[in-house]
Amino acid sequence: MAEMDTSSKDTGKKGPGVKKGKKMSTRVDLTPMVDLGFLLITFFMFTTTMSQPTSMNLKMPDDNANTKEQNVKQSGAMTIWLGDKNRLYYYDGELKADLSNVQMSDFKAIRQVILDKKAVTPPDDLFMIVMPGNNSTYKNIIDILDEFSIDVVERYALVNKVDTGYSANINKMDAIADQAGK
Amino acid sequence: MGRAKVKRKSTTVDMTAMCDVAFLLLTFFILTTKFKPDEKIPITTPSSVASKIAPEKNFIMISLDKNGHAFLNSDMVPVKEQALDLINQEQNLGLTPGEIHKLAVMPIIGTSFNNLKAYSQLPVAALNDKLPGIPIQDTANNQLKVWMKAFVSVQRDLISDDPNAKMAVILKGDNVAKFPEFKNVIAALTENSILEFQMVTNPEGVPSGTELWKKAQSEGAKLEPVNG
Repeated sequence: MAEMDTSSKDTGKKGPGVKKGKKMSTRVDLTPMVDLGFLLITFFMFTTTMSQPTSMNLKMPDDNANTKEQNVKQSGAMTIWLGDKNRLYYYDGELKADLSNVQMSDFKAIRQVILDKKAVTPPDDLFMIVMPGNNSTYKNIIDILDEFSIDVVERYALVNKVDTGYSANINKMDAIADQAGK
Repeated sequence: MGRAKVKRKSTTVDMTAMCDVAFLLLTFFILTTKFKPDEKIPITTPSSVASKIAPEKNFIMISLDKNGHAFLNSDMVPVKEQALDLINQEQNLGLTPGEIHKLAVMPIIGTSFNNLKAYSQLPVAALNDKLPGIPIQDTANNQLKVWMKAFVSVQRDLISDDPNAKMAVILKGDNVAKFPEFKNVIAALTENSILEFQMVTNPEGVPSGTELWKKAQSEGAKLEPVNG
């Protein structure tokens, strides 16, 4: 297919008795070499990892050390519960016993909620508390921590103990949301 | 009258240029490629805007797979060996030095203390996500705590020799791993005074218009663009 006939140019004079060696073309057909080249390129393109995994830093408070209790102003505090099925619940300040001030949200809408809270709170008072429920996933936790870094919230805490009180509340909210069919 | 004869041109194309390009690209890919590390346990990590590259050496990695099973891994074989030695003495496991070495060179450790002896005989092909993992589900019998305690004490010895021998603790969790297991992993770390650790994520671009994005814009090119 890719043959090129370049040896047909016979310019020399051919005498009757002169025996001339046939001139061979110096050209090589490169098609198979190109094929091979692209095959290898494809292989390397598929096996290569272009994006390296990144890492997110998380600092936890020391449970054993008698550190001074951090004073968090009720007005600047916002608590976020991570529920089942990627649902979020949040409330400002103190929780009311009948859960009337708990609002439902999701991972898209929470950004505006955080920004609104940030806008009305002095920067030194702003404090976010994340309480993951038993049905929340690792992705939910990373997502909410990531949301804080996207919204430049400097002070937040991840609650690392499942208290029966708050997990019961999260379950209650989940049940309400399930009933509402959301 | 002679008809104008169309000169027949050859259909062949000169391949040299294409060949050059192909091999140039090939060289580029060969030089830049870095093979995906052989992962024994498949884990899909969540994505974040964090732009720091995860440490590639001197790490202890705790993997939490989608079933909530924990696995331990480290690139430092001697450290693993010393930690195993400590645990062996502490828990009276009766492991021989040969078995300890075998365990240390294994890519992952994922079983309870009682099964370590049998685990050391497993072929590499058997190390997959069917393994039971290090018991962490039960808060009272959180064996990851014992592991981390051993690693911390080995590290303390190392640091006294060489202050630069700091290890990074990396946590690699699967998207669907549940919070109770994650909480027990964190408890195992914080109780051993490991208060700072890294969580492996996939890089993701900062959404435009957000505060972090604006901050990055105003700081100019200070924030490195996220690859990928």
